[in-house]
Amino acid sequence: MSALLEVKNVTKKYGGLTANNDISFDVTENEILSVIGPNGAGKSTLFKMISSFTPTTSGEVLYRGERISNLKPHIVARKGIVRTFQETTIFKSMTVRESVVVAQHLRAKASLAGYFWGSKIAKEDIAAFGSYADELLEFLGMSEISNEQASNLPQGSLRALGIAIGLATDPKVLLLDEPFAGMNHDETMRMVDLIRSVRDERGVTVMLVEHDMPAVMNISDRIVVLNFGEKIAQGTPSEIQNNEKVIEAYLGSADDEIGM
Amino acid sequence: MLNFSAKQLIGVGVFLFAIFVGVPLIIGATGRWDFYFTLTSVALLAIASAGVWLTFYIGRINIGQGAFALIGAYVSAILVVKAGWSFWISLPAAGIFAAIVAILIGMPILRLRGVYFAMITLVLTQVVTLTALALPITNGAKGISSIPLPSGVLLFGIPLIPDFAAMENTKLAFYYSACILMIATYAALYRLVNSRLGHLCRSMQQNEELASSIGVNIAYIRIVIFAISSFFGGIGGAMFGSIAQSVYPSSFQVADSVNFMLNCFLGGLGYVFGPMLGTLVLYFGWDLLFEFGKYQMLIYSTILILIIRFLPNGLLSLRIGKGGDK
Repeated sequence: MSALLEVKNVTKKYGGLTANNDISFDVTENEILSVIGPNGAGKSTLFKMISSFTPTTSGEVLYRGERISNLKPHIVARKGIVRTFQETTIFKSMTVRESVVVAQHLRAKASLAGYFWGSKIAKEDIAAFGSYADELLEFLGMSEISNEQASNLPQGSLRALGIAIGLATDPKVLLLDEPFAGMNHDETMRMVDLIRSVRDERGVTVMLVEHDMPAVMNISDRIVVLNFGEKIAQGTPSEIQNNEKVIEAYLGSADDEIGM
Repeated sequence: MLNFSAKQLIGVGVFLFAIFVGVPLIIGATGRWDFYFTLTSVALLAIASAGVWLTFYIGRINIGQGAFALIGAYVSAILVVKAGWSFWISLPAAGIFAAIVAILIGMPILRLRGVYFAMITLVLTQVVTLTALALPITNGAKGISSIPLPSGVLLFGIPLIPDFAAMENTKLAFYYSACILMIATYAALYRLVNSRLGHLCRSMQQNEELASSIGVNIAYIRIVIFAISSFFGGIGGAMFGSIAQSVYPSSFQVADSVNFMLNCFLGGLGYVFGPMLGTLVLYFGWDLLFEFGKYQMLIYSTILILIIRFLPNGLLSLRIGKGGDK
């Protein structure tokens, strides 16, 4: 299988601090790949560089052979690489359905002026956005809360809303930032199923950053492990579980909160 | 698209009737002809305030609308006096010129957020005032005076707009022109806010990072909105200059810029028609307190503080959920 996304020798320095050092790996189409590592390992920074929210210091990220690093976030989103955020990053005073409708921006066929004058294409777009929003929310099991204001939602639903907003853009690659954080076991398992169905039924390649080891082992096809900004291992969940460097990285830091 | 409720349509109908028939009748009956000038001013200031409201809509505090109103007033005056254009062509030209200036200024400063953007816009008015004092074409401190009244417009020999100079009652003519402009502005604003551009603005106002992650070109939309906002400012200013028949560097000052912003706060940032009500209340409120003499400012400020303290969502929040849209 060929690589859909290639991370090539990516380095990020903040002043004297190296957040990511010479990291390379590939993401294959239709896989679920997790990036794990202790706190401060540089996982979030890596995500930000892949989605062009921050420029790389050196190295590049390729999508189907085309460079997507060091551009603007909206341009990368247009190419189909869309990131989600942790739960506080939502459209607070919109309802769930409004958020999903507005997130379909990239699917719009009419121009902004067309929407202003109410052109025929714009009307078709508006109808299509509405029905796709309903379909997507049903797929995600969020139909009942579709008219809730986002700021009133509990944490678990906010996470789902973040994914709904990401999916509404019709992405090829979805980057999920800690989708299981703060969830109990049942919620986590529901989210694992949901992310799997996003991949299986919608053909979306998923990359996620996560702390929850049982969930990561359960959901991932492959795992990339970072420690102190360096890639120390990559492989299938069982390979990673038996990798000495990984065990050392996690058990070596005595105060780490992750029990492995 | 045009799915207005019956209540809304009645509301709009009553409003249009009131300003086009009601007000002239009342003024005719009471003989308070000076009210025409007051109401015309309110209508024009409401147009500029609409622009400020729009920049609020993308999460930016704009205290620089006076700059664009002044630019509009000067552009129109120069085109009419020195180039001999018809006022009615200089009016959109003034708006477009203000919008172009906004695009050039906006590109660097719209990256700033919160208080930083507000501070820079606050300085803009002063910068434009000083520029007007310095440039030869604006006549410095003398300004441009005795601007001719708007001429008539003929289309295939049919008079669309009568010649203002030939009229006995220009006050009424200006009042009608200002009201029509104001209604066109607010209709456009209402439509914009309820169209896709408005939805994108809301997404940016609530979270710029998330908006860019869903593919919204936030830098582009910010510029477009700031340009539209300044277009309204330019139009309002140009019409103002034409009524006063003069423009000076002090025609619009920093205090005016602050007032444009206050109009929006007072009316309600969550309502399209908030700045219209805010302008009316603020302008009339000041006049009505005139009899308190030296305490005018004190009472006025106290009332403003109380309103902002107890009605943070503006005067229109008092009637939320009652339908209608004014």
